[in-house]
Amino acid sequence: MSVLAYIESTKGIIKKNAFEIVSYSSALAKQLGIELIVLSINVDDNSELSKYGATRIVKVLNPELDNFDAKITGNVIAQVAKDINATHIVISSSVDSKYMAPLLTIDLEAGYLSNVVELPSNLNPFTVKRTSFTNKAFCDASIVSDIKIIGLSSNAFGIIENESTLSEEVYNPSLLQKNITLKSTEKISGKISIADADVVVSGGRGLKGPENWNLVEDLADTLGAATACSKPVSDMGWRPHSEHVGQTGKPVATNLYIAIGISGAIQHLAGINSSKVKVVINNDPEAPFFKAADYGVVGDAFDVVPRLNEKLKAFKAQNS
Amino acid sequence: MKILVCISHVPDTTSKINFSDDNKMFDNQGVQFVINPNDEFGLTRAMWFKEKQNATVDVINVGSSVTEPTLRKALAIGADKAIRIDSEPIDGFFVAKQISDYITSNPYDLIIAGRESIDYNGAMVPGLIAGLTKMNFITNCTNLEIENNFATLEREIDGGKEILTCNLPLIIGGQKGLVEESDLRIPNMRGIMQARQKPLDVIPCSDLDSKTKSIKFQKPAPREEVKLVSSDNLDQLIEMLHNEAKVL
Ligand SMILES: Cc1cc2nc3c(=O)[nH]c(=O)nc-3n(C[C@H](O)[C@H](O)[C@H](O)COP(=O)(O)OP(=O)(O)OC[C@H]3O[C@@H](n4cnc5c(N)ncnc54)[C@H](O)[C@@H]3O)c2cc1C
Ligand SMILES: Nc1ncnc2c1ncn2[C@@H]1O[C@H](COP(=O)(O)O)[C@@H](O)[C@H]1O
Repeated sequence: MSVLAYIESTKGIIKKNAFEIVSYSSALAKQLGIELIVLSINVDDNSELSKYGATRIVKVLNPELDNFDAKITGNVIAQVAKDINATHIVISSSVDSKYMAPLLTIDLEAGYLSNVVELPSNLNPFTVKRTSFTNKAFCDASIVSDIKIIGLSSNAFGIIENESTLSEEVYNPSLLQKNITLKSTEKISGKISIADADVVVSGGRGLKGPENWNLVEDLADTLGAATACSKPVSDMGWRPHSEHVGQTGKPVATNLYIAIGISGAIQHLAGINSSKVKVVINNDPEAPFFKAADYGVVGDAFDVVPRLNEKLKAFKAQNS
Repeated sequence: MKILVCISHVPDTTSKINFSDDNKMFDNQGVQFVINPNDEFGLTRAMWFKEKQNATVDVINVGSSVTEPTLRKALAIGADKAIRIDSEPIDGFFVAKQISDYITSNPYDLIIAGRESIDYNGAMVPGLIAGLTKMNFITNCTNLEIENNFATLEREIDGGKEILTCNLPLIIGGQKGLVEESDLRIPNMRGIMQARQKPLDVIPCSDLDSKTKSIKFQKPAPREEVKLVSSDNLDQLIEMLHNEAKVL
């Protein structure tokens, strides 16, 4: 019996969410009293994972797996899982992992819960807390099948340092036939994606027009943050659709979410509620967002944001 | 082309979420139910296939009789037939098993489900159906064109998008982009009248297999009051974010 943690990579580099996956899996393995095995695909150097409790890495190296295919990748994970007799499999809630997870579930005749936010509160039946109703509620749910797949919500558990020594082995899976052809990929390059970001700076209709987005971008630059926007902002074409967050847009689960000139409609909040710390800058003290925020500044964005940016720059210069 | 759209019946986005006194069940008192938004985008895309490419469009729900008004709404929007698999769903696997059993004996060229439901938020039903039936599967689908049994799709990925192609039969997890909000249709009087005459088949559920169980619900703890910082004292905000919230 073992816990299998699947970590993602892009172009040979481990994705940042891997550290949280390994931290969680290591704690889970400890709670269950079984071994943790970490699976990486096309990552040569896995040494950084040892900082978070990884001791044994199974590496799959096969250039045919460079382009993600949910069915094929899922099946590789299933092969490894069967081989090492994994009883618990931990994956992230990235777009790719959420795509792959149900296929893996069927391959292994497993049970799967997504959006999990904590370690199990009970091992028999295996019970974990997950978010539901678009973050308006939590649900304690149990997995009743023998093999259990846990989709961990990002930034829910956090990163725990736990220096260990690593051993590595290479695994050669067989690959299923490809039925889906990838024609092209378009990535907004040079920018941090909302999914990868620790900090997101988001702007709403209160910014009046696309010409004012330098306020959002400058602040994001200072913080190393991704930029996002409310739905009407992308509907009006001020910003690309890929930046639209909320219930009908992308979910945001960052450590820090800064909302500028966003009123805080329920559909917006549904998408960003699971962010840890929310800061709201709005000139209307009655804006509903203040009820959902941790910190607030009542003021004009055009006055507050540039000054905040200057102060943050000074702070960063001092603290780096 | 035969299309099946999976319809999840969910509380309207603005509903207050409450649970029964023992916290074991969702309290649907005074809650307005709607077609899951991701499914509504898919249903509208299916209507375009019907109008431009002569497709037939059926809709399916796994649920008890309370979901029938939602299925009737889908018929009023233009679906040809509705199917309800009579049961109280236990989990995503249960729902997927029912739907895959149904489509194994009633094949379709294209199955459209949503990327995620806004109640259970499992993001698993379409993928589980794909796993069970071995159909091609693409989720987070923001565009779909079909020509001669061959599909071209756009999928949203972290930080961008990709274009994919594959053969039918295919199941997708759809979302906004398949059509835009402005394309969504409000049923008109004629649609509503016609919907009453259209078939709504109720079939018994096939088995009761499930892999997970929801035990207890809980609302998030009431939040602390927001800490307001004067716009003249932004240093204090930085200090709090650094020392108290520890996010800087
Ligand atoms: C089915 C459905 C799904 C939806 N999904 C989403 C979704 O996914 N995401 C989403 O964001 N919305 C969504 N919406 C829309 C949502 O209801 C709101 O309309 C939207 O979030 C409002 O955007 P906003 O806050 O940018 O604009 P507004 O509501 O117009 O708010 C602008 C805010 O800016 C403030 N402001 C104005 N001037 C200044 C200034 N100079 N300085 C500082 N503050 C200023 C105002 O006080 C106000 O609070 C959805 C709606 C529906 C019906
Ligand atoms: N009870 C149900 N009946 C029919 N389709 C469903 C049901 N539950 C979920 N679905 C479909 O599966 C999609 C994803 O749901 P979920 O896996 O719950 O996030 C939904 O958008 C629907 O298309």
